[in-house]
Amino acid sequence: MTVTPPTVAAEEPRRELRRFRSIKGRETWAGLGMIAPAGILLVLFLIIPVVLAFTLSFTNARLISPNPPRFVGMDNFVRAFTADPLFVQSVGNTAVFALVVVPVQAALGLLLAVLVNRRMRGVTAFRVIFFIPVVTSIVVVSILWKFMYQQDGLINSMIDALTFGLWSGADWLNDPQTALGAIIFMSIWQAVGFHMIIWLSGLQTIPEELYEAARMDGASPWRQFTNVTWPGLRPTMVFVLVTITIAALGLFVQVDVMTQGGPQGSTSTIVFHAVRKGYEQQEIGYAAAISLIFFVAVLIIALIQRRLTREKD
Amino acid sequence: MSETRTLTTARDARRPSPPVRPVRSEKSHRLRGKILVYIAMSLFGMLFLFPLVFMFVSSLKPDAQILQDVDSVNAFLPTGDISLDNYFGVFDRVPVAQFLFNSVFVTVLTVGLGLIVNSMAGFALSRLQWKGRIVVLAVVIATLIVPFETIAVPMVYWVAQLPTLVIEGGVLKYDFGWLNTYEVQIVPFIANAFSIFLFTQYFSTIPKSLDEAARIDGASWFTIYRRILVPLSGPAFATVAILTFLPAWNQYLWPLMVVQKEELRPVMVGMQYFFQLNTAWGEVMAYTSLITLPVLIVFLIFQRAFVSSIAASGVKG
Repeated sequence: MTVTPPTVAAEEPRRELRRFRSIKGRETWAGLGMIAPAGILLVLFLIIPVVLAFTLSFTNARLISPNPPRFVGMDNFVRAFTADPLFVQSVGNTAVFALVVVPVQAALGLLLAVLVNRRMRGVTAFRVIFFIPVVTSIVVVSILWKFMYQQDGLINSMIDALTFGLWSGADWLNDPQTALGAIIFMSIWQAVGFHMIIWLSGLQTIPEELYEAARMDGASPWRQFTNVTWPGLRPTMVFVLVTITIAALGLFVQVDVMTQGGPQGSTSTIVFHAVRKGYEQQEIGYAAAISLIFFVAVLIIALIQRRLTREKD
Repeated sequence: MSETRTLTTARDARRPSPPVRPVRSEKSHRLRGKILVYIAMSLFGMLFLFPLVFMFVSSLKPDAQILQDVDSVNAFLPTGDISLDNYFGVFDRVPVAQFLFNSVFVTVLTVGLGLIVNSMAGFALSRLQWKGRIVVLAVVIATLIVPFETIAVPMVYWVAQLPTLVIEGGVLKYDFGWLNTYEVQIVPFIANAFSIFLFTQYFSTIPKSLDEAARIDGASWFTIYRRILVPLSGPAFATVAILTFLPAWNQYLWPLMVVQKEELRPVMVGMQYFFQLNTAWGEVMAYTSLITLPVLIVFLIFQRAFVSSIAASGVKG
């Protein structure tokens, strides 16, 4: 098969190589065999749908239609930004939601993590309590808060009691002024425990000696936080901010259960709009275009994350 | 000030013991700090618990009393006309047992099959040398950033055209369309790029010399996976199981779109049956309690594993 080298000395490594190759050959079959189930499923239910989302977005496809999809170029994207005020409003609502939820939830999560990151009796119980809303389904949480947010509901009676009747709240979900804010508040309440745990794992990577050294130098708790804790949390911070941002952009269930995008479109979001167009109104092509716009936003944030984490290395 | 602090925290036996007064002030200072932390944690604890306490308590009360109690602290106390009537009402109104079965069935299969399929893929990607490994690994990592929401709508269009086998009058035929089936709720969620990534990471921390030794003894790669890697990777399996269990149980958007048949619907979608003209809130609360309790119990039993799983998912950074 191959030319035999003239010297005996070269014979040895070559034989070795051939043996190595045949082992590699077997390993290739084993490797392909073991990746195949996951590989086929990922192609069928991730890669093909992604390609489909991309191609459908340039067509006028409908979910159930006698006519085959027709190529329409950029029409769907033009329509989204120029002829669909509800889409533009949804983009705005999603942006407001993310701009409020990301900093507030990250900061509150960090505050909770600092609170429970100590050796004290009962601290584990509080970690568990703060995490309970996270394991409760968002559908359940949304229904529960929808009930509590009613005009004569629990939230308003609590506000009434706490302010001694000076302020009696609002009709939270039925008022365009307050509906999005109400959803924001509930969403932070539900997910903050998740990010507390991530912050907590970041806090625990900071060596205790650094704190001891800082205390030796007489650093106050606040100085310890700004000079030891905060710099040590940088990689965690990037992760927390990016996961919250991506989750915030995908806001859907709360809106679907609590307000259906109303009142007057004040709580409609990008994903809610895409689902409504694509599923309820059967305009798959247009919905795919909206999904693609959403995906581009997520992609940009993921790239920013790579940028930020690379800087640290 | 800084001098006394150094002395009290150094805990150095050879040094002369510090003067009594600073120690006491330091101690009382610490105690005050502790009390403040407990107060802060308790306030947050109440904030996190009150909606759920309200839910469980309300599920035991008749509708009229739920609305009446909202104005007082009774909203959080099981007082007045307490009974399990709402729970019986729920069973009369909807096929709860069927919904619960569907959710358990879908969740168990998604998590179980996912553990097998994804761990095998992780094994292939971390411990075997084969052509194309690097490319496949890169593709898997790249797909991590695709949120399900972006492909949900095209996916409905796609699964509606997939071939499926059906038994019709004793004859096996094939048909098109996965809508209204169990498989449409399970199969698309078995393979998971993030699970594969976690397994790959975990497996690569286990020494490769184990494989080599087993190879010399004539073990096949599958045997090495099955007999060596799987038993050594309990934490990785626990992490993936927990991280896939919650989304599988909580599925909402997807079954809402692809499952119209009542007998195939999972618990979250079953929720819709309660919102008719006059919402019976007591029954709603009983139903939400019923579908929340199993998860809460699982969580309380395995809370340590839950917390470390979430932490592990954050470490990837």
